[in-house]
Parts: sequence; C-alpha cells; structure tokens
Amino acid sequence: MKKRKERIDRGIKARSGDIFALSSWREMLYVAGPRMLPLILFLLLPLFLSPYWQRVMISLAVFAMLAISWDLLAQSGMISLGQALFFGMGAYLSGIINHTWGIHPFIAIPLATVFGGLICTLILLPVLRLRGIYFSMFTLILPLMLVRTIEATKVFGGTEGLSGMSPLPSQWLELYLIIIATLSVLFGFRRLMASDYGLVLQGIRDNDRSVTNAGINIYWFKAQALFLSSAVGAFAGAYMTHVYMFVGMPVFALDYSIMPIASAVVGGVGSFAGAMLGATILVPLSELLRGIGGLRIVLYGLCLVIFIVAIPEGIFHYLQRKYQQVERWVDVDR
Amino acid sequence: MSTDSIIQIQKLTKVFGGVTAVFELDCTISRGELLGIIGPNGSGKTTLVNLMTGFVKPTSGKILCNGQNITRMAAHKIIQLGIARTFQMVRPFYQLPAFKNMIIPLYSPRVKKMLGGRYGDRDAVALDLLEEVGFERDAFVAYKPAGALPQGYLKRLELAKAIALQPELIILDELFSGLSLAEVASIVPIIEKLRQKGKTIVMIEHRLKELFRIADRVMVLNFGRKIAQGTAEEVMASEEVKNAYLGSER
Repeated sequence: MKKRKERIDRGIKARSGDIFALSSWREMLYVAGPRMLPLILFLLLPLFLSPYWQRVMISLAVFAMLAISWDLLAQSGMISLGQALFFGMGAYLSGIINHTWGIHPFIAIPLATVFGGLICTLILLPVLRLRGIYFSMFTLILPLMLVRTIEATKVFGGTEGLSGMSPLPSQWLELYLIIIATLSVLFGFRRLMASDYGLVLQGIRDNDRSVTNAGINIYWFKAQALFLSSAVGAFAGAYMTHVYMFVGMPVFALDYSIMPIASAVVGGVGSFAGAMLGATILVPLSELLRGIGGLRIVLYGLCLVIFIVAIPEGIFHYLQRKYQQVERWVDVDR
Repeated sequence: MSTDSIIQIQKLTKVFGGVTAVFELDCTISRGELLGIIGPNGSGKTTLVNLMTGFVKPTSGKILCNGQNITRMAAHKIIQLGIARTFQMVRPFYQLPAFKNMIIPLYSPRVKKMLGGRYGDRDAVALDLLEEVGFERDAFVAYKPAGALPQGYLKRLELAKAIALQPELIILDELFSGLSLAEVASIVPIIEKLRQKGKTIVMIEHRLKELFRIADRVMVLNFGRKIAQGTAEEVMASEEVKNAYLGSER
C-alpha cells in the first residue's frame, strides 16, 4: 500500500487563528509565545553575557537589521546584492556629520538614517524599472564603485577613514538601543507586510503588470519600499560608526551585502523573523569559529551549505510548520 | 459618429521593429455598447488593447478618452480614468489567497476615493465581488491561494479584479479562451449584468458563437487593419473577413 504524508493544522492553530476565538490562556500563549520569545531572549540575554559577547550581540543586531531590510526588498520583488551601499552610506553620513560639525550622535544618527535612505533611493531610482538580475547587478556594483571613488579621490579621509567619532553615552545604552531598534523594525515590518499596503508590495513581486493594471503606480511603491529598506540599512551603518568611533572604506565591504542574504536564506525569506533568526545563528557561529584560525571561513561555508541543503525553505518556516501543523502518513486512495 | 463616445482612436499605428502590429486604425467606442473585436492570430487585437491602456506606446496616432488625450499617458493613470482590462494570459498573484488578490485593485487610488475603507474593511468587499463572479462562498474557494485554483476560477478572478476598479469601460481580452461551454455560459450573465449597469464593454474573442450572441457591434482586424465592422451578420457576410479567416483561393 502506498502512503503519503499529510499535513493538518493543529486544532489549537485553527481555533486561535481568529482573534475572536481566543478563549483560554493556553490559546493566548500559543499565539503570543513565538512572538514573546525573541523579545524575552534579546532583552534578557545581554544581562548574562560577558562584555565580549555583548559586543557580538551588537553586531548580531546590526546584521539582523540588514537582513530584515534585505527581506523587505526581496518581498517587494527587488533582489539586492548591495546592502553594503545602505550600510556604508549611513555610516559615512553619520561619521561626516559628527566629525565635521561635532553634532551629538543622537542627532547625527537620525539625520544619517533619513538622508542615507533618501540618497540611496535617489541613486537607485533610475534602475527601479529593471527587474530581476539586472537590478541586482546594479546594486552589487554601486558600493564597489563608491569605495574606489573614496580611495582614488581621497575624500572623507581616503583610505585612512575618519576616526575620533563621539561614542554613545553608555555601554548599556549602546547595546539596548540597537536591540530595541532591531525588534521594532522586525515587528513593524511584519505588521506593514500584513496590511493592504504590504499586499501591494507583495503583488509587485508576484506580478508587477497586474499591479499597474489596478491603477497603482508601481514605481512609487517600489521607491517607498526602497526608502524604508535603505533607511533601516543606513541606521545600522550610522550606529556602527559610533560604536567603533571610526568610519572607513570597510563599511562598503562585501560582508555587509552577503551576510544579510545568507542570514535571510538560512532563516527563511519572506517573514522577517527568518532573517532575524538567521542572523542570530550565523553571527555567533562566525564568532565561535574564530578560535579555529585558518580554516574558519571553510567551516563557516560548510555550515551554510548544510543549512541550505538540509532546510531549503529556511529554519523559521520549518519551525513554524512544526508548530502549527501535525504530520501523519496516510494510505493513498486507489 | 456618435457624439457620446467614450474612446476615440485616430490613425493609430504601432510598429514593433519591422512588424506593423496596428496600422492607421480609426475606431470609436460609444458609451454603453458591447463591442466585439475579432481577427485571426497576430492581427493586432491584443496590441490594440495594450495601446488603449498605455502598456505599449503608439508609434503614431491619437487616443482620446472622454475627449482627453491619453496617447502617451502612463498605464496606471489611464486605468485611474476608468478603463479596466483583463489579461489574455491570467495574471493573478499566485502566492496570495484569491480574496487577497482583490485587495490590490481595491487599494488603487481610484477605488479608495470612491469607496473609502481602511485596512481590514476591504476584505468584505473583496469577498462580495468574488461571490458576484461565481466564487461560491460556502466552498471557501476565495480563501485558497490563487496558484491552487483551476483556470476557470482564475479567469473569473481576473474579471473580478477588473470590476473591482469600478470602471466605465471594461476590456476583456479573450476571457472565454480555455473555458468549457458550461463555464462560458456561467460568465455570460455576469457580463450582461455589467451592461445593465451601463458599463461599456470591449471583448476580444476567438469564440465567435458566444461573442455574436451578446455583441452589439463587431470589428474585424487583420494584419493591424480594420477590414470590416457592423453587426455580426454583416461582418460574417463580408468577403474579406472570410478570406482572412479561411484564406483566399487566389
């Protein structure tokens, strides 16, 4: 007798699917639990970490933010290979503002976020009409071009970069600000994509001509998604400038483009939570392997391959399915 | 020429590379009529629709909508004027449930202005519209992802998306192709209901028998030129139309 695997929603999932059906603590916990988990983890964990791992936590939050901003673009049908552009733009802007005029980081960072987002959107505006790989190639080239421009023209400190930026007031503030910002972006973007506005963005990914056919200007919506994404990336960059108290050419490095994509792919594209989860796994993993030395990158690459081959849908989607559905083997009719 | 026309097309030409898809076409669509456009494959029917809705820009010529020149207007702006179309090849949002597909036209500026509505309010409107085109409410088809729906439902979804825009003119590009006789029979009343509401309808069809039953006027294209127009009987009596479809014996 042939068997096939059947997936059925758990009873509790079906009952708690609608807000009006929530009737017991168990059901409320079922819905709220997975959402509370990252909140509790990220807010409490730093209290038990050594200063070194607290620094790792900051870098984790930054990469998670970049991965989430990458995911927003991916969900709107734009595959970006150049998150480093957003990151570097924010980093340099905040660095220049703080270095030149001595403006406090709490003003410099928001300024860099908004203007970084605007500049990146304006730069990419002419290529919004490109789809698929053509758009991706353009985003890949831009940060590489900028870094060579800085090297050749020696603007903004050239190869030396700018140093002596004002630090953030306290260690704890430094850590918790970025964690809270990352969590806000995570939950904010999730809510945004579930709204009617988010549906339009997803529609553009699925079929942009059909969205045009609904009388909607897709380029206006794509530009808005681009602004949101690049502003988040610029915020992450601006923040790191003040954490390191330095900004230089490495902010345009390929790491900041590839790592977010790897995080989002390992965690699962299309949910933001997957991107966050991916960064939570990959960033500490890369730190743990640091002790190994030369073969670090090889082992790291091997881990990536294993994740992608074993769970191609992404860890988050796998966990979500296990949480919401039961699987069983049933006889095939006939 | 009727004074109450919704669309006026003047000497419209579109050349793709070396191929002339539409050549010096003149045509007027009167308010409230049901115009059928027929012609052999490659005769420029779909190009004409693409030109009228701004998806393709003409090489020369002029298109007026209610007297306003829309020749080089962006597609989304033309659609906001009240011209909706369906695509010959269905273009649903495959990953979204059918009723969420409807949210996107309902979110367009034109409909937002007319209906208002906030996030969440549109779901009910979407389900009502889908029921109107035959998505049975009890069977939960409206909640299935569009990618899992059979062709008949996808065509109806396409029609529902056009109706959702509250257009004055609806252009249906081969709505009946790929549907069974029963499915066509179930869609015809929907079209007739739209006519009763005073909508102007343009239908591009290969299913002539079904089209002739409901069309007021038929226009025949061949190689981008208009070769005949009039009632169904007049058109089918034309020698040139017979040649275009069956080939001449020269």
